[in-house]
Amino acid sequence: MNRTPLLFINVFVIATCGLVYELLAGTLASYVLGDSVTQFSIIIGLYLFAMGVGSWLSRFVENNVAERFIEIEIAVAILGGTSAPLLFLAFANLSYFNLVLYGIVFGIGTLVGLEIPLLMRILKDELDFKELVARVLTFDYIGALAASLLFPIFLVPTLGLVRTSLVFGILNASVAIWGTWLLLPLLKPHKVKLLRIKAGIVIVLLAIAAIKADYLTVLAEEALFTDTIIYAKSSSYQRIIVTRGRAGFGLFLNGNLQFNSFDEYRYHEALVHPAMLSFDEKPKRVLVLGGGDGLAVREILKYDSVEKVVLVDLDPAITELSSKLPILAELNNNALKNERVEVINADAFVWLDDNKIEPFDVAIVDFPDPNNFALGKLYSTRFYKLLKAKLRPEASLAIQSTSPLYARNSYWCIVKTIEASGFNVKPYQTTVPSFGVWGYVLAKLKPFEAPKTIPTDLPLKFLDSNSMASMFDFPLDEAKPKEEIEINRLDNQSLVRYYEAEWRRFE
Amino acid sequence: MLTRRDILKSFLGLPIALSACKTGFPVSDIDGEIVGASNNIGHILREKRNFEVPLDNWKETKVAIVGGGIAGLTAAWKLKSEGFDDFQLLELEQKIGGTSASGTSESISYPWGAHYLPVPFKENAELVRLLDEMSLIESRSETGELVIPEQFLTRDPEERVFYKGRWYEGLYLTAGASDEDLRELKAFQTLISRWVDWRDSDGKRAFVVPIVNCSNDSEVLALDKISFADWLTKNELKSPRLIWYCDYACRDDYGLRLDQTSAWAGLFYFCSRVPKSGEESQPFLTFPEGNGRFVNHFVLKTKEHLNRAQIAVELIPNEKGVEVVYLDTKTNQINGLHAEKVIFAAPLFTTNYLIRGFRDNPTFDPTLFQHNSWFVANLFLKDRPKNNFERDFPLSWDNVLYESKSLGYVVATHQKGMDYGATVLTYYYPMAEKDLRQGMQKLLSLDWKELAEICLTDLEQAHKNIREVTTRIDIMRWGHAMISPRTNFLWSGEREKAQKPFRNIHFAHSDLSGIAIFEEAFHHGLRAAKEVLA
Repeated sequence: MNRTPLLFINVFVIATCGLVYELLAGTLASYVLGDSVTQFSIIIGLYLFAMGVGSWLSRFVENNVAERFIEIEIAVAILGGTSAPLLFLAFANLSYFNLVLYGIVFGIGTLVGLEIPLLMRILKDELDFKELVARVLTFDYIGALAASLLFPIFLVPTLGLVRTSLVFGILNASVAIWGTWLLLPLLKPHKVKLLRIKAGIVIVLLAIAAIKADYLTVLAEEALFTDTIIYAKSSSYQRIIVTRGRAGFGLFLNGNLQFNSFDEYRYHEALVHPAMLSFDEKPKRVLVLGGGDGLAVREILKYDSVEKVVLVDLDPAITELSSKLPILAELNNNALKNERVEVINADAFVWLDDNKIEPFDVAIVDFPDPNNFALGKLYSTRFYKLLKAKLRPEASLAIQSTSPLYARNSYWCIVKTIEASGFNVKPYQTTVPSFGVWGYVLAKLKPFEAPKTIPTDLPLKFLDSNSMASMFDFPLDEAKPKEEIEINRLDNQSLVRYYEAEWRRFE
Repeated sequence: MLTRRDILKSFLGLPIALSACKTGFPVSDIDGEIVGASNNIGHILREKRNFEVPLDNWKETKVAIVGGGIAGLTAAWKLKSEGFDDFQLLELEQKIGGTSASGTSESISYPWGAHYLPVPFKENAELVRLLDEMSLIESRSETGELVIPEQFLTRDPEERVFYKGRWYEGLYLTAGASDEDLRELKAFQTLISRWVDWRDSDGKRAFVVPIVNCSNDSEVLALDKISFADWLTKNELKSPRLIWYCDYACRDDYGLRLDQTSAWAGLFYFCSRVPKSGEESQPFLTFPEGNGRFVNHFVLKTKEHLNRAQIAVELIPNEKGVEVVYLDTKTNQINGLHAEKVIFAAPLFTTNYLIRGFRDNPTFDPTLFQHNSWFVANLFLKDRPKNNFERDFPLSWDNVLYESKSLGYVVATHQKGMDYGATVLTYYYPMAEKDLRQGMQKLLSLDWKELAEICLTDLEQAHKNIREVTTRIDIMRWGHAMISPRTNFLWSGEREKAQKPFRNIHFAHSDLSGIAIFEEAFHHGLRAAKEVLA
């Protein structure tokens, strides 16, 4: 039987797998490190160079070419198949992620680069050189085309990065087993069995990894998120997930979206600037409670008058991530590393109760929604009174206050609670596509008018004087409800109960 | 010799004992000890040794206060605030405060016993004065009721109950209750409402704090002649959930079972803090250190008069007053006080042993003032205990186990809003034995390891990771924890007799109310102080 045509299918599969691994590495790197042009450019270049190295190394393979060829295929299956899960793990746990990334890309490139020359040597006795080069390279390039089309259209949307990697590793190893039949005459009889066992073990292990991963962590969560998970870690306080989609990347805490990079500027400009502009003078000392992503701080640092920002966030894992995750650090403009910023990891409720510190000009309160009692206390009269004691008499305050549309009673409960704590309030709302209609409260200790103008030298993407003024108007379906709304106190936690009842309707 | 299984069975019941039975006592990784409550020192009294005071060791004082629990401390506080300075207080323990004592570890304070005070009605003027002095009152409402700053009121979520593997909100087990259960609960509440609104011909309430202001109408006093269990039966209430709820209330407040508790006391628990029918019961003032907050305040005001680790061994009344002989438990030195008057703020059963001549001419029968025994364990945790199910009701202030003989635990960090990381759980176990004396002997026969194992095995039902997160367990054995309001005790007339002084000795203790709560101890401390000042 002439096995040659079947071996071309082998070339096709090898080429497809190789390019898929390269694309995986490139995509993953641009997901977690940002700047996709640089990442893809480096990875393609490195991969091609590594293939060159592999081709050159092939001259050192003297004997048992067919056996070496199959062994190399098994090695590609191992390295390529585990590449995506390995890279995710490395990213979450190691500081030298880039080293691991480039090492894996170089390794795969070298192995794939070895394969084609070896295969050509195997086939050289069957065909003349003209035919051989023409056919091998044709199938090689067709394989590359297939991979580059499959990858964005089918693989990433349906399988995700981790599963694509594992599935192609299995495919690679299967081709290696199949190769032991195709190349049977060229293999030493006693080696055949050994090669099949090796490839079989690799298939089994990759399959187990696929199944395990599926119900253990990463992939199970992937089903909950429409976008690809690029970072997942459980801190002492919460489950942190970063996802990457077409529009941008998102941060989730315990499954709740905190921001999406494509429209977060709307949320954060609306949160920060009305309060900054409501302070009677130029604000110097600003307190941020929550907001460990550094995005509110980014907005605050746009004011040159600001001398000191104190950020109090519960979870060190979040504030560290905000500086260390390149895409996030880029988005917040390295805000948490700015010398004007002091980061404190503490429960704001406990911190406010304990600390005797110089009062602040502006406070920005950016906590997750009050979906449990531990968060509910951060919206209580007790909390606002503790905060009041840390503010100057002319200070201003802005509080993220959930959606007045989806959780109307919750929103107005927060407004009423702030009022009951001795503040004058100006409720306002805006639209953030990732969240929907979103509500805030602007508050001051003395009576005040909402700010009217945005200085023209403030570099903003969303707010101008007109859009800021319109935020203070509430349409009928978001306006204060007619029925009596309770005040949220530590000893009743009414807000958590309102919130649960209202958001349950959307689950 | 009891086996581990015997002990677990006897304290927690067979199902829990079986579920826990592995080998040996696996508490070796956890530190801890039996603390306080010097049971051995207390028993020096019974030995009737002859205590000779060296001549140089006598001192003079106008008033001696024996006992540094809430009653004794209140008396001291009252004397001091009336400008009276010539008094000394003797407390046998190193730690003052009696069952309101508290502890502190790494910035977390925790109680060793009593841990809350229902906000008093405005009519309880003396108690209101104390709260004012402690800055615990923010303002008064239009009707004059107290407005308490929210950080001192129990933070929501207040309580949850563990039943068949899951936690549910509240104390009454609503999950899975049948229509009949709920009907009976409603019927019970209707009966309570009737008693809340009940007034005698003088306009007195049936149940109010302090007890001295309760009506002595025969319809109310008749309730003392039957047990709370019999009262429920008489009213055709037999829903297991309701029975449990009432039994829990008795064990929690009185350390007694439903069938031991007088129906009067049972109804007192449910009625005395409700202003009027249809209204909520008064909210609780609570602190991380529990009622230790009050102890610390009294100590602050009277500290130069307090003598710790000094056990009064004999009180000898004579024409000039009372000679108080006491032993320094640290140095074993015997001292004496020539006092004009004594405020006796120790448990009343000790009068026979302590007061010379009392046994021959008793003004009341001290053996009727029976105490029951408890143990309280403080578990020091490096992290929070996990629920079995993620969507279970979360950790609350008070966490009760429906299927256990214990009372569950309170969380010391709850009130401060410290919701993550290290905490202290205070676990309560009332002996509630049929024979109260046997209960005490059973308690004192167990060592630290055995008691720690009981509390871990119990909590393990609800928190699989309890052994992993617990680093230390300290245990207090309260041999004589509190007075027992058994059937036919409260209104037998014995309490009134004991309120009369024996020569120059004035009695002040919650024993005199028959109910061991802060307000009663406070009331008797004040009363005795006024008597000696008069």
